[in-house]
Amino acid sequence: MSTLKFHSIASLTEAAKAAGRRLSALVLAQQAAQLEQSEQEVYETMRRQYAVMAEAAASGSAPGVRSASGLSGGDAWRMLEAQRGGAILCGGLFTDAIAKALAISEWNAAMGRIVAAPTAGSCGILPAALLAVQEARGLPERDCVMALFTAAAVGMVIADRACIAGAEGGCQAECGSAAAMAAAALVEVCGGSPEMLDAAVSIALANQLGLVCDPVAGLVEIPCIHRNAAGVAGAITAAQLALAGVSNRIPADETILAMKRVGDAMPASLKETAEGGLAATPTARRLYEQVFGPQKAH
Amino acid sequence: MNVFDIVGPVMVGPSSSHTAGAARIGLVARALLDEEPARADILLHGSFAKTWRGHGTDKALVAGILGLMPDDERLRESLGLAQRAGLEIVISETVLEGAHPNTALITLTGRSGRTVSIQGASVGGGNILVSRVNGMEAALTGQYTALIVLHRDAPGTIAAVTEELGLHGVNICNFRLARREKGGTAVMTIEMDGAPAPALNGRIAALPNVLSSTMLAPV
Repeated sequence: MSTLKFHSIASLTEAAKAAGRRLSALVLAQQAAQLEQSEQEVYETMRRQYAVMAEAAASGSAPGVRSASGLSGGDAWRMLEAQRGGAILCGGLFTDAIAKALAISEWNAAMGRIVAAPTAGSCGILPAALLAVQEARGLPERDCVMALFTAAAVGMVIADRACIAGAEGGCQAECGSAAAMAAAALVEVCGGSPEMLDAAVSIALANQLGLVCDPVAGLVEIPCIHRNAAGVAGAITAAQLALAGVSNRIPADETILAMKRVGDAMPASLKETAEGGLAATPTARRLYEQVFGPQKAH
Repeated sequence: MNVFDIVGPVMVGPSSSHTAGAARIGLVARALLDEEPARADILLHGSFAKTWRGHGTDKALVAGILGLMPDDERLRESLGLAQRAGLEIVISETVLEGAHPNTALITLTGRSGRTVSIQGASVGGGNILVSRVNGMEAALTGQYTALIVLHRDAPGTIAAVTEELGLHGVNICNFRLARREKGGTAVMTIEMDGAPAPALNGRIAALPNVLSSTMLAPV
Protein backbone atom coordinates (compact mmCIF):
# COMPACT_ATOMS: atom_id res chain seq x y z
CA MET A 1 0.00 0.00 0.00
CA SER A 2 1.47 3.33 -1.02
CA THR A 3 1.13 6.35 1.22
CA LEU A 4 -2.36 7.76 1.23
CA LYS A 5 -2.51 11.44 0.23
CA PHE A 6 -5.41 13.74 1.00
CA HIS A 7 -5.40 15.86 -2.15
CA SER A 8 -8.32 14.28 -4.00
CA ILE A 9 -11.35 12.12 -3.31
CA ALA A 10 -10.55 10.12 -6.47
CA SER A 11 -7.14 9.05 -5.15
CA LEU A 12 -8.75 7.93 -1.89
CA THR A 13 -11.50 5.88 -3.54
CA GLU A 14 -8.97 4.36 -5.98
CA ALA A 15 -6.74 3.35 -3.06
CA ALA A 16 -9.71 1.73 -1.31
CA LYS A 17 -10.67 -0.09 -4.50
CA ALA A 18 -7.12 -1.29 -5.15
CA ALA A 19 -6.75 -2.52 -1.58
CA GLY A 20 -10.22 -4.05 -1.53
CA ARG A 21 -10.75 -2.52 1.92
CA ARG A 22 -12.90 0.14 3.47
CA LEU A 23 -11.38 3.61 3.09
CA SER A 24 -11.43 4.08 6.87
CA ALA A 25 -9.01 1.17 7.37
CA LEU A 26 -6.49 2.78 5.01
CA VAL A 27 -6.90 6.18 6.66
CA LEU A 28 -6.37 4.72 10.13
CA ALA A 29 -3.19 2.93 9.03
CA GLN A 30 -1.81 6.07 7.35
CA GLN A 31 -2.66 8.31 10.32
CA ALA A 32 -1.07 5.92 12.81
CA ALA A 33 2.16 6.12 10.79
CA GLN A 34 1.94 9.91 10.49
CA LEU A 35 1.20 10.46 14.20
CA GLU A 36 3.81 7.91 15.25
CA GLN A 37 1.23 6.00 17.30
CA SER A 38 -0.24 2.52 17.09
CA GLU A 39 -3.49 2.00 15.18
CA GLN A 40 -5.11 1.06 18.48
CA GLU A 41 -4.08 4.39 20.07
CA VAL A 42 -5.36 6.45 17.15
CA TYR A 43 -8.59 4.44 17.10
CA GLU A 44 -9.02 5.04 20.86
CA THR A 45 -8.67 8.81 20.39
CA MET A 46 -11.34 8.72 17.70
CA ARG A 47 -13.55 6.55 19.90
CA ARG A 48 -13.33 9.25 22.60
CA GLN A 49 -14.38 11.90 20.05
CA TYR A 50 -17.42 9.75 19.21
CA ALA A 51 -18.24 9.41 22.92
CA VAL A 52 -18.14 13.21 23.34
CA MET A 53 -20.46 13.50 20.32
CA ALA A 54 -22.95 11.10 21.93
CA GLU A 55 -22.77 12.96 25.25
CA ALA A 56 -23.42 16.27 23.49
CA ALA A 57 -26.46 14.81 21.71
CA ALA A 58 -27.85 13.54 25.01
CA SER A 59 -27.13 16.75 26.94
CA GLY A 60 -28.56 18.97 24.21
CA SER A 61 -31.78 16.91 24.10
CA ALA A 62 -32.73 17.85 27.65
CA PRO A 63 -35.34 20.54 28.32
CA GLY A 64 -34.05 23.97 29.37
CA VAL A 65 -30.95 24.14 27.14
CA ARG A 66 -30.31 27.87 26.57
CA SER A 67 -27.50 29.87 24.99
CA ALA A 68 -25.71 32.71 26.82
CA SER A 69 -27.28 35.26 24.46
CA GLY A 70 -30.76 33.83 24.97
CA LEU A 71 -31.22 33.62 21.19
CA SER A 72 -31.37 29.83 21.00
CA GLY A 73 -32.14 26.63 22.85
CA GLY A 74 -35.01 24.21 23.23
CA ASP A 75 -35.57 23.30 19.57
CA ALA A 76 -34.24 19.74 19.94
CA TRP A 77 -36.57 19.30 22.91
CA ARG A 78 -39.49 20.62 20.82
CA MET A 79 -38.65 18.13 18.05
CA LEU A 80 -38.48 15.26 20.52
CA GLU A 81 -41.78 16.30 22.10
CA ALA A 82 -43.36 16.36 18.65
CA GLN A 83 -41.90 12.90 17.96
CA ARG A 84 -43.28 11.57 21.24
CA GLY A 85 -46.66 13.12 20.39
CA GLY A 86 -46.66 11.50 16.96
CA ALA A 87 -46.63 14.87 15.17
CA ILE A 88 -43.95 13.68 12.78
CA LEU A 89 -43.75 14.15 9.04
CA CYS A 90 -40.65 12.20 8.07
CA GLY A 91 -40.22 9.59 10.79
CA GLY A 92 -37.53 7.10 11.74
CA LEU A 93 -33.89 7.79 11.03
CA PHE A 94 -34.68 11.16 9.45
CA THR A 95 -36.49 12.67 12.45
CA ASP A 96 -33.97 11.24 14.84
CA ALA A 97 -31.03 12.68 12.88
CA ILE A 98 -32.61 16.14 12.68
CA ALA A 99 -33.33 16.15 16.44
CA LYS A 100 -29.76 15.08 17.22
CA ALA A 101 -28.24 17.73 14.93
CA LEU A 102 -30.32 20.38 16.71
CA ALA A 103 -29.38 18.99 20.12
CA ILE A 104 -25.63 19.04 19.45
CA SER A 105 -25.69 22.50 17.85
CA GLU A 106 -27.79 23.93 20.66
CA TRP A 107 -25.47 22.34 23.19
CA ASN A 108 -22.59 24.08 21.41
CA ALA A 109 -24.40 27.43 21.57
CA ALA A 110 -25.03 26.83 25.29
CA MET A 111 -21.28 26.46 25.89
CA GLY A 112 -21.48 22.70 26.13
CA ARG A 113 -18.62 20.35 25.20
CA ILE A 114 -18.66 19.31 21.54
CA VAL A 115 -16.34 18.03 18.81
CA ALA A 116 -15.70 20.48 15.97
CA ALA A 117 -16.56 18.52 12.79
CA PRO A 118 -15.09 20.25 10.88
CA THR A 119 -16.06 23.42 12.81
CA ALA A 120 -18.00 24.25 15.96
CA GLY A 121 -20.69 25.96 13.87
CA SER A 122 -21.29 22.75 11.89
CA CYS A 123 -20.64 20.34 14.76
CA GLY A 124 -24.09 18.69 14.73
CA ILE A 125 -24.19 17.18 11.24
CA LEU A 126 -21.64 14.35 11.22
CA PRO A 127 -22.42 13.02 14.73
CA ALA A 128 -26.18 13.24 14.14
CA ALA A 129 -25.88 11.14 10.99
CA LEU A 130 -23.78 8.42 12.63
CA LEU A 131 -25.59 8.31 15.98
CA ALA A 132 -28.96 8.09 14.24
CA VAL A 133 -27.91 5.34 11.81
CA GLN A 134 -26.22 3.42 14.63
CA GLU A 135 -29.49 3.42 16.58
CA ALA A 136 -31.72 2.71 13.59
CA ARG A 137 -29.64 -0.22 12.34
CA GLY A 138 -28.18 -1.45 15.61
CA LEU A 139 -24.66 -1.02 14.25
CA PRO A 140 -21.62 -1.83 16.38
CA GLU A 141 -19.88 1.27 17.73
CA ARG A 142 -16.69 0.29 15.89
CA ASP A 143 -18.35 0.79 12.49
CA CYS A 144 -19.31 4.35 13.40
CA VAL A 145 -15.93 5.23 14.92
CA MET A 146 -14.19 3.88 11.80
CA ALA A 147 -16.56 5.90 9.58
CA LEU A 148 -15.27 9.03 11.33
CA PHE A 149 -11.88 8.32 9.70
CA THR A 150 -13.54 8.25 6.29
CA ALA A 151 -15.41 11.47 7.10
CA ALA A 152 -12.18 13.11 8.28
CA ALA A 153 -10.40 12.04 5.09
CA VAL A 154 -13.10 13.76 3.02
CA GLY A 155 -12.80 16.83 5.23
CA MET A 156 -9.02 16.90 4.78
CA VAL A 157 -9.38 16.86 1.00
CA ILE A 158 -11.92 19.71 1.15
CA ALA A 159 -9.66 21.71 3.51
CA ASP A 160 -6.74 21.12 1.13
CA ARG A 161 -8.54 21.89 -2.16
CA ALA A 162 -11.05 24.48 -0.93
CA CYS A 163 -11.65 25.52 2.68
CA ILE A 164 -13.73 24.69 5.73
CA ALA A 165 -14.12 28.16 7.30
CA GLY A 166 -17.24 30.29 6.93
CA ALA A 167 -15.12 33.42 6.89
CA GLU A 168 -13.34 32.09 3.78
CA GLY A 169 -16.00 30.16 1.91
CA GLY A 170 -19.38 30.86 3.46
CA CYS A 171 -21.64 28.30 5.14
CA GLN A 172 -21.21 25.89 2.22
CA ALA A 173 -17.63 25.46 3.46
CA GLU A 174 -18.80 24.59 6.99
CA CYS A 175 -22.23 22.93 6.82
CA GLY A 176 -21.64 21.84 3.20
CA SER A 177 -18.34 20.19 4.09
CA ALA A 178 -19.89 18.60 7.16
CA ALA A 179 -22.75 17.23 5.04
CA ALA A 180 -20.27 15.80 2.51
CA MET A 181 -18.28 14.18 5.32
CA ALA A 182 -21.46 12.77 6.88
CA ALA A 183 -22.70 11.44 3.53
CA ALA A 184 -19.38 9.62 3.02
CA ALA A 185 -19.59 8.17 6.54
CA LEU A 186 -23.16 6.95 5.93
CA VAL A 187 -22.21 5.28 2.65
CA GLU A 188 -19.38 3.48 4.40
CA VAL A 189 -21.45 2.16 7.34
CA CYS A 190 -24.10 1.02 4.85
CA GLY A 191 -21.47 -0.94 2.93
CA GLY A 192 -21.49 1.25 -0.18
CA SER A 193 -18.79 1.08 -2.85
CA PRO A 194 -15.99 3.63 -3.36
CA GLU A 195 -17.91 4.98 -6.39
CA MET A 196 -20.94 5.50 -4.17
CA LEU A 197 -18.79 7.35 -1.67
CA ASP A 198 -17.61 9.74 -4.39
CA ALA A 199 -21.18 10.29 -5.56
CA ALA A 200 -22.45 10.92 -2.02
CA VAL A 201 -19.77 13.54 -1.36
CA SER A 202 -20.46 15.24 -4.66
CA ILE A 203 -24.25 15.28 -4.24
CA ALA A 204 -24.13 16.45 -0.63
CA LEU A 205 -21.77 19.32 -1.44
CA ALA A 206 -23.55 20.27 -4.66
CA ASN A 207 -26.84 20.60 -2.80
CA GLN A 208 -25.34 23.12 -0.36
CA LEU A 209 -23.42 25.07 -3.01
CA GLY A 210 -23.73 28.81 -2.58
CA LEU A 211 -24.95 28.70 1.01
CA VAL A 212 -23.87 31.95 2.69
CA CYS A 213 -22.59 32.52 6.22
CA ASP A 214 -24.82 35.20 7.77
CA PRO A 215 -24.94 34.69 11.54
CA VAL A 216 -27.47 36.91 13.31
CA ALA A 217 -25.64 39.21 15.76
CA GLY A 218 -22.44 37.42 14.72
CA LEU A 219 -23.30 34.48 16.97
CA VAL A 220 -23.16 30.78 16.11
CA GLU A 221 -26.93 30.35 16.65
CA ILE A 222 -29.32 31.78 14.04
CA PRO A 223 -29.39 30.31 11.40
CA CYS A 224 -26.48 27.96 12.16
CA ILE A 225 -28.43 25.58 14.41
CA HIS A 226 -31.18 24.98 11.85
CA ARG A 227 -28.60 24.65 9.09
CA ASN A 228 -27.17 21.74 11.04
CA ALA A 229 -30.58 20.09 10.89
CA ALA A 230 -30.80 20.82 7.17
CA GLY A 231 -27.21 19.65 6.74
CA VAL A 232 -27.83 16.19 8.16
CA ALA A 233 -31.04 15.92 6.13
CA GLY A 234 -28.95 16.73 3.05
CA ALA A 235 -26.32 14.18 4.03
CA ILE A 236 -28.91 11.42 4.40
CA THR A 237 -30.49 12.38 1.08
CA ALA A 238 -27.12 12.31 -0.69
CA ALA A 239 -26.11 8.98 0.87
CA GLN A 240 -29.49 7.47 -0.01
CA LEU A 241 -29.22 8.60 -3.64
CA ALA A 242 -25.66 7.31 -3.91
CA LEU A 243 -26.55 3.96 -2.31
CA ALA A 244 -29.33 3.62 -4.89
CA GLY A 245 -26.69 3.95 -7.59
CA VAL A 246 -27.47 7.57 -8.47
CA SER A 247 -24.56 9.69 -9.62
CA ASN A 248 -24.69 13.42 -10.20
CA ARG A 249 -22.20 13.11 -13.11
CA ILE A 250 -19.83 15.72 -11.63
CA PRO A 251 -17.01 13.94 -9.73
CA ALA A 252 -16.61 14.98 -6.07
CA ASP A 253 -13.23 16.60 -6.73
CA GLU A 254 -14.74 18.93 -9.32
CA THR A 255 -17.62 19.79 -7.00
CA ILE A 256 -15.09 20.68 -4.30
CA LEU A 257 -13.31 23.02 -6.71
CA ALA A 258 -16.66 24.52 -7.71
CA MET A 259 -17.36 25.13 -4.03
CA LYS A 260 -14.06 26.97 -3.71
CA ARG A 261 -14.77 29.16 -6.73
CA VAL A 262 -18.27 29.97 -5.46
CA GLY A 263 -16.76 30.85 -2.07
CA ASP A 264 -14.14 33.10 -3.68
CA ALA A 265 -16.88 34.88 -5.64
CA MET A 266 -18.98 35.51 -2.52
CA PRO A 267 -18.86 39.06 -1.20
CA ALA A 268 -17.34 39.57 2.25
CA SER A 269 -20.76 40.59 3.60
CA LEU A 270 -21.86 36.96 3.21
CA LYS A 271 -18.81 35.38 4.83
CA GLU A 272 -19.28 35.47 8.61
CA THR A 273 -19.11 39.26 8.93
CA ALA A 274 -22.79 39.44 9.93
CA GLU A 275 -23.26 42.28 7.44
CA GLY A 276 -25.48 40.53 4.90
CA GLY A 277 -28.15 37.88 4.43
CA LEU A 278 -30.27 37.10 7.48
CA ALA A 279 -27.89 39.09 9.69
CA ALA A 280 -28.87 42.30 7.87
CA THR A 281 -32.65 41.91 8.33
CA PRO A 282 -34.55 44.34 10.59
CA THR A 283 -35.32 41.57 13.06
CA ALA A 284 -31.66 40.51 13.18
CA ARG A 285 -30.67 44.11 13.94
CA ARG A 286 -33.22 44.19 16.75
CA LEU A 287 -31.90 40.89 18.14
CA TYR A 288 -28.37 42.31 17.96
CA GLU A 289 -29.43 45.21 20.19
CA GLN A 290 -31.29 42.84 22.48
CA VAL A 291 -28.07 40.89 23.08
CA PHE A 292 -25.41 43.60 22.95
CA GLY A 293 -27.38 46.69 23.96
CA PRO A 294 -28.34 49.70 21.84
CA GLN A 295 -25.24 50.40 19.80
CA LYS A 296 -24.40 50.65 16.16
CA ALA A 297 -25.22 47.32 14.54
CA HIS A 298 -22.86 46.12 11.83
CA MET B 1 -2.96 18.20 9.08
CA ASN B 2 -4.40 15.05 10.60
CA VAL B 3 -7.85 13.52 11.15
CA PHE B 4 -8.20 15.21 14.54
CA ASP B 5 -7.83 18.66 12.97
CA ILE B 6 -11.02 17.85 11.05
CA VAL B 7 -12.92 15.67 13.55
CA GLY B 8 -11.80 17.78 16.50
CA PRO B 9 -10.83 19.53 18.61
CA VAL B 10 -13.04 18.59 21.52
CA MET B 11 -14.02 21.96 22.92
CA VAL B 12 -16.57 23.92 24.87
CA GLY B 13 -18.71 25.89 22.40
CA PRO B 14 -19.91 27.99 20.78
CA SER B 15 -17.05 29.13 18.56
CA SER B 16 -13.60 27.70 17.94
CA SER B 17 -12.14 31.17 17.57
CA HIS B 18 -14.16 33.02 20.23
CA THR B 19 -14.03 30.35 22.92
CA ALA B 20 -11.47 27.58 22.25
CA GLY B 21 -8.86 30.02 20.92
CA ALA B 22 -9.56 32.51 23.70
CA ALA B 23 -9.05 29.82 26.34
CA ARG B 24 -5.69 28.95 24.79
CA ILE B 25 -4.57 32.61 24.88
CA GLY B 26 -5.46 32.63 28.59
CA LEU B 27 -3.48 29.42 29.09
CA VAL B 28 -0.35 30.95 27.54
CA ALA B 29 -0.64 34.00 29.82
CA ARG B 30 -1.02 31.77 32.87
CA ALA B 31 1.92 29.58 31.86
CA LEU B 32 4.13 32.65 31.39
CA LEU B 33 3.18 34.05 34.80
CA ASP B 34 4.05 30.66 36.29
CA GLU B 35 2.31 31.33 39.64
CA GLU B 36 -1.21 31.84 41.03
CA PRO B 37 -2.63 35.00 39.46
CA ALA B 38 -4.19 37.60 41.78
CA ARG B 39 -5.44 39.98 39.12
CA ALA B 40 -6.15 39.86 35.38
CA ASP B 41 -6.62 42.99 33.28
CA ILE B 42 -8.12 41.97 29.96
CA LEU B 43 -8.44 44.32 26.98
CA LEU B 44 -10.55 43.10 24.05
CA HIS B 45 -10.18 44.33 20.49
CA GLY B 46 -12.20 43.96 17.28
CA SER B 47 -14.68 41.11 17.06
CA PHE B 48 -13.66 40.05 20.58
CA ALA B 49 -14.70 43.52 21.82
CA LYS B 50 -17.96 43.43 19.85
CA THR B 51 -19.24 39.94 20.63
CA TRP B 52 -17.53 38.72 23.80
CA ARG B 53 -20.74 38.60 25.84
CA GLY B 54 -22.61 36.46 23.31
CA HIS B 55 -19.71 34.08 22.70
CA GLY B 56 -18.59 33.72 26.30
CA THR B 57 -15.12 34.96 25.32
CA ASP B 58 -14.66 36.40 28.83
CA LYS B 59 -15.40 33.02 30.41
CA ALA B 60 -13.00 31.29 28.01
CA LEU B 61 -10.13 33.72 28.63
CA VAL B 62 -10.60 33.49 32.41
CA ALA B 63 -10.81 29.70 32.20
CA GLY B 64 -7.44 29.67 30.46
CA ILE B 65 -5.98 32.03 33.07
CA LEU B 66 -7.20 29.56 35.71
CA GLY B 67 -5.40 26.78 33.83
CA LEU B 68 -8.49 25.06 32.40
CA MET B 69 -8.16 23.44 28.97
CA PRO B 70 -10.56 24.44 26.13
CA ASP B 71 -12.52 21.17 26.55
CA ASP B 72 -13.04 21.55 30.31
CA GLU B 73 -16.75 21.96 31.01
CA ARG B 74 -15.97 24.13 34.04
CA LEU B 75 -15.12 26.81 31.44
CA ARG B 76 -18.76 27.94 31.65
CA GLU B 77 -18.47 28.69 35.37
CA SER B 78 -14.97 30.19 35.18
CA LEU B 79 -16.03 33.64 36.43
CA GLY B 80 -17.40 32.09 39.63
CA LEU B 81 -14.32 29.89 39.96
CA ALA B 82 -12.12 33.00 39.62
CA GLN B 83 -14.05 34.77 42.34
CA ARG B 84 -13.66 31.82 44.69
CA ALA B 85 -9.95 31.63 43.87
CA GLY B 86 -9.53 35.30 44.78
CA LEU B 87 -8.68 36.28 41.20
CA GLU B 88 -9.80 39.81 40.37
CA ILE B 89 -10.90 40.27 36.74
CA VAL B 90 -11.15 43.59 34.93
CA ILE B 91 -12.41 43.45 31.34
CA SER B 92 -12.52 46.45 29.00
CA GLU B 93 -12.98 47.02 25.30
CA THR B 94 -10.28 48.80 23.36
CA VAL B 95 -8.84 49.48 19.93
CA LEU B 96 -5.38 48.04 19.22
CA GLU B 97 -4.13 49.60 15.99
CA GLY B 98 -3.41 47.04 13.30
CA ALA B 99 -4.26 44.06 15.49
CA HIS B 100 -6.08 40.92 14.27
CA PRO B 101 -9.88 41.21 14.75
CA ASN B 102 -9.91 38.58 17.52
CA THR B 103 -7.26 39.99 19.83
CA ALA B 104 -6.94 40.08 23.60
CA LEU B 105 -4.29 41.92 25.59
CA ILE B 106 -3.95 40.27 28.99
CA THR B 107 -1.92 41.59 31.91
CA LEU B 108 -1.63 39.17 34.81
CA THR B 109 -0.39 40.06 38.26
CA GLY B 110 0.73 37.16 40.39
CA ARG B 111 0.44 36.72 44.15
CA SER B 112 4.09 37.81 44.40
CA GLY B 113 3.34 41.06 42.56
CA ARG B 114 5.12 39.89 39.40
CA THR B 115 3.32 40.89 36.19
CA VAL B 116 3.32 39.50 32.68
CA SER B 117 1.44 40.77 29.65
CA ILE B 118 0.66 39.06 26.37
CA GLN B 119 -1.15 40.13 23.24
CA GLY B 120 -2.73 37.16 21.51
CA ALA B 121 -5.04 36.65 18.55
CA SER B 122 -7.42 33.80 17.86
CA VAL B 123 -6.73 33.18 14.20
CA GLY B 124 -9.33 30.51 13.36
CA GLY B 125 -10.24 26.93 14.22
CA GLY B 126 -9.00 27.39 17.79
CA ASN B 127 -5.51 28.31 16.57
CA ILE B 128 -3.78 31.26 18.21
CA LEU B 129 -0.85 33.57 17.67
CA VAL B 130 0.68 35.41 20.60
CA SER B 131 2.31 38.42 18.98
CA ARG B 132 3.62 40.29 22.03
CA VAL B 133 5.07 39.26 25.37
CA ASN B 134 5.66 42.09 27.86
CA GLY B 135 5.31 44.59 25.04
CA MET B 136 7.95 42.97 22.87
CA GLU B 137 7.26 41.20 19.60
CA ALA B 138 6.92 37.44 19.83
CA ALA B 139 5.47 34.62 17.74
CA LEU B 140 3.92 31.84 19.76
CA THR B 141 1.31 29.42 18.45
CA GLY B 142 0.89 27.24 21.54
CA GLN B 143 1.21 24.20 19.25
CA TYR B 144 4.81 23.42 20.18
CA THR B 145 6.93 23.46 23.29
CA ALA B 146 8.36 26.98 23.39
CA LEU B 147 11.08 28.95 25.14
CA ILE B 148 10.74 32.65 25.93
CA VAL B 149 14.26 33.87 26.58
CA LEU B 150 14.72 37.39 27.91
CA HIS B 151 18.32 38.47 27.45
CA ARG B 152 20.77 41.32 27.02
CA ASP B 153 21.27 42.28 23.39
CA ALA B 154 24.90 41.11 23.24
CA PRO B 155 26.87 39.27 20.52
CA GLY B 156 26.84 35.49 20.71
CA THR B 157 23.76 35.16 22.91
CA ILE B 158 21.56 33.59 20.23
CA ALA B 159 24.41 31.27 19.21
CA ALA B 160 24.86 30.14 22.82
CA VAL B 161 21.14 29.40 23.23
CA THR B 162 20.74 27.56 19.95
CA GLU B 163 23.96 25.63 20.50
CA GLU B 164 22.63 24.43 23.86
CA LEU B 165 19.44 23.26 22.10
CA GLY B 166 21.43 21.58 19.34
CA LEU B 167 23.64 19.77 21.85
CA HIS B 168 20.50 18.23 23.35
CA GLY B 169 19.17 17.15 19.97
CA VAL B 170 16.38 19.74 19.94
CA ASN B 171 15.16 20.94 16.56
CA ILE B 172 13.90 24.54 16.30
CA CYS B 173 10.81 24.98 14.12
CA ASN B 174 10.14 28.70 14.69
CA PHE B 175 12.48 31.42 15.91
CA ARG B 176 11.86 35.09 16.51
CA LEU B 177 14.03 37.82 17.97
CA ALA B 178 12.89 41.27 19.09
CA ARG B 179 14.62 44.01 21.02
CA ARG B 180 13.67 47.40 22.32
CA GLU B 181 17.01 49.06 21.50
CA LYS B 182 20.57 48.11 20.60
CA GLY B 183 22.37 46.75 23.65
CA GLY B 184 19.14 46.75 25.67
CA THR B 185 16.79 43.95 26.59
CA ALA B 186 15.81 41.51 23.87
CA VAL B 187 13.51 38.49 23.72
CA MET B 188 13.80 35.26 21.76
CA THR B 189 10.70 33.15 21.19
CA ILE B 190 11.68 29.68 20.12
CA GLU B 191 9.27 26.90 19.19
CA MET B 192 10.68 23.36 19.15
CA ASP B 193 9.71 19.95 17.74
CA GLY B 194 9.01 17.06 20.08
CA ALA B 195 8.99 17.35 23.85
CA PRO B 196 12.32 18.83 25.06
CA ALA B 197 13.25 18.04 28.67
CA PRO B 198 12.16 20.72 31.19
CA ALA B 199 15.70 20.69 32.63
CA LEU B 200 16.88 22.36 29.43
CA ASN B 201 15.18 25.56 30.58
CA GLY B 202 17.50 25.87 33.59
CA ARG B 203 20.56 25.39 31.39
CA ILE B 204 19.39 28.16 29.03
CA ALA B 205 18.65 30.47 31.98
CA ALA B 206 22.19 29.96 33.28
CA LEU B 207 23.86 31.07 30.02
CA PRO B 208 25.75 34.40 29.94
CA ASN B 209 23.58 37.45 29.16
CA VAL B 210 20.34 35.49 29.64
CA LEU B 211 18.08 37.31 32.13
CA SER B 212 15.32 34.71 32.30
CA SER B 213 14.01 31.72 30.40
CA THR B 214 10.52 30.25 30.50
CA MET B 215 9.53 26.95 28.92
CA LEU B 216 5.91 26.64 27.78
CA ALA B 217 4.27 23.31 27.12
CA PRO B 218 1.84 23.19 24.16
CA VAL B 219 -1.64 24.42 25.11
